[in-house]
Amino acid sequence: MVDRAPVLVIEGVVKEYGDVARTRALNGVDLVVGPGELTALIGPSGSGKSTLLNIIGLLDRPTSGRVVLGGKDTTDLDERELTTMRAHVLGFIFQFHNLLSAFTALENVMLPAWGDRGAPTREMRAAAEDILHAVGLADRMHYRVTNLSGGQQQRVAIARALVHRPALVLADEPTGNPDTASSDEVFALMRKFNRELGTTVLVVTHDSRIADGCDRVVELVDGRVRSDHAR
Amino acid sequence: MLAQQIDKTLGSQPHITLRVPREEPRPLVASASTTAIAHSMQESPQRLRSIDQWPRVIAAAERMEGVTAASPSITGAGFAVRADAKSPIVVHGLEPERFLRIIDIRRHLIAGHFELEAGDVVIGFKLAKDLGVGVGDKLRVESSEGGDDLVTVRGIFSLGNEGVDATWLLTSLRHAQALYALPGGVTTIELKVADVFAAERIARDVAGTTGLRADSWMTVNADLLAGLSAQSSSKGLIQFFVVVAAALGIASVLIVSVVQKSREIGILRAVGTPSRRILLVFLIQGGVLGLAGSAVGSGLGAVFAKLFENLVRDPSGVPRFPVQLGLPLFGFSVALATGVGLVSAVIPARRASRLDPATAIRNG
Ligand SMILES: Nc1ncnc2c1ncn2[C@@H]1O[C@H](COP(=O)(O)OP(=O)(O)O)[C@@H](O)[C@H]1O
Ligand SMILES: [Mg+2]
Repeated sequence: MVDRAPVLVIEGVVKEYGDVARTRALNGVDLVVGPGELTALIGPSGSGKSTLLNIIGLLDRPTSGRVVLGGKDTTDLDERELTTMRAHVLGFIFQFHNLLSAFTALENVMLPAWGDRGAPTREMRAAAEDILHAVGLADRMHYRVTNLSGGQQQRVAIARALVHRPALVLADEPTGNPDTASSDEVFALMRKFNRELGTTVLVVTHDSRIADGCDRVVELVDGRVRSDHAR
Repeated sequence: MLAQQIDKTLGSQPHITLRVPREEPRPLVASASTTAIAHSMQESPQRLRSIDQWPRVIAAAERMEGVTAASPSITGAGFAVRADAKSPIVVHGLEPERFLRIIDIRRHLIAGHFELEAGDVVIGFKLAKDLGVGVGDKLRVESSEGGDDLVTVRGIFSLGNEGVDATWLLTSLRHAQALYALPGGVTTIELKVADVFAAERIARDVAGTTGLRADSWMTVNADLLAGLSAQSSSKGLIQFFVVVAAALGIASVLIVSVVQKSREIGILRAVGTPSRRILLVFLIQGGVLGLAGSAVGSGLGAVFAKLFENLVRDPSGVPRFPVQLGLPLFGFSVALATGVGLVSAVIPARRASRLDPATAIRNG
């Protein structure tokens, strides 16, 4: 690890919803994530985990506070610049609804570069094929994603989140479905890419076995960081 | 439709008809040409009168701006008799070469030829039917001036105008001059103009310079014109609402599609697709809908229009509603529909491009 500069710095992030009856989903969160860290974000339902992840992922803006990604302060960026950062710096794995059902596995993996540049290039295609090999879907690349199992679909989602080698991968309960075998598989893959490529990962989870497998566990309660332990 | 109706109307009549003015009692002192008035006062009102120095009138008319042809003729009333059938007719004595430049009767022949040698006539198909004559048959013509003659039918036409097809009998100018006792005379001069809608203005000019009475097709057909303009304005209104309905249809299809695809749009936005690209996708979809819809619609429309044209015919077999379909019409329709599709897509496309990705993914 040559570069030890933090991938993510958030300072005093507050998020309020509603104009009249205001609810505070986040109540002043500070967090620094270093490169190569595999961090679990845990906490009871409604504690603000998804809200925090959306703000870090530049899908939502904090009411106050700063988000610095890869050394770049995102506070004053406009919608276009945020979109470009999402395409280049971040990778997303959502709980559900990750893929476009009308397309093949390969096309779904090519989406970030496609959306960013408008037309697929040969390099984009080669990178997408490589990462699909790495997640074990070499023989399923040209299947429409609706013809894949739930576990295979989540692997396509992981491949899409990693294909452009983002500085930070954000995963919101990626193993949240009740199928434990495939949930172990998904986590094993994230762990593998974290070790082999040094990918920085922030994963929201309910599953204590997954949290136990991470380098660090941050616990959120009522919109605040209650505890922060390295393992 | 308007243009076709006018074409059809003008197919059987000249744009402008020149005649000797109607006789009106006039104080002799007010007139510059005392002799002409004195001459006319002596004639009976029914009596056909020749246009004074008509070759010079024709030469003058042909020199006028916008006039493309002039044809001298004798037009008079009479009867056609065959065995025990007798029909009232309108006799047209004319010079074939000049007349053809006003009304191309050859295009409307349904039997025989347009030949007007001595003793030859060409008649309307309805008249031929009423008299029971065909090409080569003989009939007797009686003029309102007492002249009569035996003639041979050489051709039968259908101009698509019931009155014309039931009464017209075309013969040579020389023959008509003999029938109406007007040697060397001409009762009407018929004109054709380049711009049919300028006919009324040109008619007034001609009347002013020649002192003749000049009737344009526009005054003769004032009722038709009023009807046509009412028809075309109601047609415009209908077209407007068809376009509005199509635009609303495309817009609502796209709104539904935006709602159905909001999850997909959210995913695309989340992984870095710029909102302008989402906007473009839906605009293109609107344009493609308009393009495809109008291509299919034009095809079906053409089939039905031709079907209708072939089904609704005059007794003579001529289509009553001739339909003209050209590439420019299709091109215009497709371009208009594609434009309407694009415009209709603006609101749905903006909605799609402004969709909040976080909400779309959360609510799926
Ligand atoms: N879009 C929203 N509008 C209003 N309130 C919201 C919205 N999103 C989340 N909240 C509220 O913020 C709090 C935190 O929600 P969330 O971040 O989804 O929690 P978690 O992911 O930890 O279950 C909850 O009380 C939730 O009701
Ligand atoms: Mg959540």
